[in-house]
Amino acid sequence: MTELTATATPANRPALSGRVKAALVLFVLFALMPPVASALDDPFYVLIGTRIIAYAIAAMALDLILGYGAMVSFGHAAYLGFGTYAVAILSRHGINDLFLQIVFAMGISAVFAFVTGAISLRTRGVYFIMITLAFGQMAFFFFISLSAYGGDDGVALAQRSTVLGMDLLETNFGLYYVSLALLIGLFFLCHRIVGSRFGRVLTGVRENPTRMEAIGFSPFRYQLTAFIISGCITGVAGVILANQAQFVSPAFMSWHKSGELIVMVVLGGVGTLAGPIAGAVAALMLEEWLGHFSDNWKLYFGIFLVLMVLFSPHGITGVLRKMGLVRGQE
Amino acid sequence: MTSLTVTGLNKSFGALKVTDDVSLSVEPGEFHAIIGPNGAGKTTLISQLSGQLRSDSGAVRLGDHDVSRLSMPERVRLGLARSFQITSVLPGFTALENVALAVQARDGSSYRFFGRVSDESPLNGEAMTALREAGLDRRAHVLAKSLSHGEHRRLELAIALATRPKVLLLDEPLAGVGGEDAEAFIENLRKLKGRFTMVLIEHDMDAVFALADRVSVLVYGRIIATGAPEEIRNDPEVRAAYLGEEEGEAA
Repeated sequence: MTELTATATPANRPALSGRVKAALVLFVLFALMPPVASALDDPFYVLIGTRIIAYAIAAMALDLILGYGAMVSFGHAAYLGFGTYAVAILSRHGINDLFLQIVFAMGISAVFAFVTGAISLRTRGVYFIMITLAFGQMAFFFFISLSAYGGDDGVALAQRSTVLGMDLLETNFGLYYVSLALLIGLFFLCHRIVGSRFGRVLTGVRENPTRMEAIGFSPFRYQLTAFIISGCITGVAGVILANQAQFVSPAFMSWHKSGELIVMVVLGGVGTLAGPIAGAVAALMLEEWLGHFSDNWKLYFGIFLVLMVLFSPHGITGVLRKMGLVRGQE
Repeated sequence: MTSLTVTGLNKSFGALKVTDDVSLSVEPGEFHAIIGPNGAGKTTLISQLSGQLRSDSGAVRLGDHDVSRLSMPERVRLGLARSFQITSVLPGFTALENVALAVQARDGSSYRFFGRVSDESPLNGEAMTALREAGLDRRAHVLAKSLSHGEHRRLELAIALATRPKVLLLDEPLAGVGGEDAEAFIENLRKLKGRFTMVLIEHDMDAVFALADRVSVLVYGRIIATGAPEEIRNDPEVRAAYLGEEEGEAA
C-alpha cells in the first residue's frame, strides 16, 4: 500500500508551473501599463492595450485547439465577429449589460462552432484549414449583407456595455481593467481545461488518434467540444473589441484577422497558452511601432516572422526557454 | 471470461484477397497463437478483429455480442483490446500518462474540465499496476519518446492491459526484442495467461510454443491448420508451408 501511494505521486511537470509563472508576469505588466501610460501622458495606449487584451484572449482560445488539439482553424475571426455583433444587436434592442452580451456572444459562437465543427472535423490537415476558412468567409459575407446593421459599412455603438447597471466601462481605464480581469479569468479556465481529464484526451488525440481509438476514445466528440469552447472564448474577445472600438463591422471577421490570430499563436509559441498572449502583445506592438517608421511595415513584420519561425520554432516561448527564463519539456 | 468467435471473415484490397474466409473459435481464457509467413495477412486479420479495418464480409463475436459493425472504440469499451506491432503510443506523454489515459477511457467520464488529472491517484495507481505487470514501472515518469525499443514494447502491453480487456489481441509484442529481454517479456506474458482470452501473433516460435494453448497457421489469408502446439509442429502441411523453412533457417 505504501508502495502504491509512493508511486502514484504525479510526475513533476515543470511546464505547468512555467506556464502559470509566465502568464503571471504578463498579467502584472498588463496591470502596470495604464498608470505608466498616464504618467507618460500617453493615455491613448490604454485603448491600444484593450485591443491587445482582446486579441490575446482570441489567440489563447485558438491555441487551445491549435496547440493542444492540432486543429488549425483558419476561420476564427468569425467568432470575433459574433462577439462584436452580439454587442451591436443587443444594444440595438436596449440591452447593454455586459454579462448578457457575453452570454449571447457565446451562444451564437457555440451554435456556429457546433455546426461548422461537426462538418470540418470530418477532414484533416490542409482540408480542415480550407473548410474552416470557407465557413469563416460565409459568416463574413452574411454580415456584409446584413443591411439592418450597416452591412459592409458597419454600425457605430451609442454607448459601451454596462456591468450590473453601472457604466464601469465608460472610461478607457475601466474597460481596460475589466478586459484584463476577463483575460486572467479565461487564462486560468484554459489552464485548468488543459490539465484536466478532458485536456489529456484532447492532447492525446493530437499525439496519436489511432492509439486513442485503440484504448476506447472516439476523438471526434472531444475535438468538437474543444472547438466549441474555443469559439465561445473567442466570442468574448469580440465583445471586448466592440466596446474598445465602439464600432462594429464585418472587417473584424475577414480572413486576414483569422490569419493574424494564427500568427499570434505561432509567434508566441504553439501549445503554451501564455505564449499566444505574449504573441498578441508582440504582433500588435510591432504593428504600431513599425507603422511609425514605414507604410510598408507589413513587409518588415513578414521578415521578422520568417526569422522567428526559422530560428525559434517555439516562438517567443522557445526564445525564453533557450535563455533559461522559462522551463519547458522540449 | 469471454470467447472470441470469427466466422467467414473476408477482406480484399483490390484484386488481392488478404483475408480469405477465416473462421476461428477462441475459448474463454485460451491463449491462442496465430503464426504464418510474412505477408500471410496476420496484422490485417488483427485489424479486422479490433475494428480498425472494416471487413468485406463475415462476423466477429465477442462472447454473446456481435461486434462486426462496431467501431474500434466501441469494441474496446466492450473489452476487445489490441496492441500494435509497430509501436503506437503518445510520444509526448510519460509512460504513466500513456497508461493512465487508458484507465481513464473506461473509468468514468472524460468530460471533466477542471480537476487536475495528474493528481488523480486512482488513475495513477491502476496505471502503475499495469506498468508493473508489463515490467516497466521503474520508467513510469519517462516520456514515451525517450524510451528504448524494448521499453516501447512493454508500454504497448501495459496500455492494452490498462483497458482491462476480456479479449486481448497482441500483434507481435516481441517484434525486435531479443535475448534476455525477450525471455523476460515471455515471462510477463506467461503470468497473464488465463486472466483473459488472448490472441497472439508472433514470429518468435519459442514464445509461441511456450505460451499458446492452441495455434492456428495462416497462409495467404487462409487458416490451413488449428491445433495444440505439438500437433501443429508435426503437421506435414504446416511444415511445408512455414515451419520447415523456419527450422531450416535455425539449423
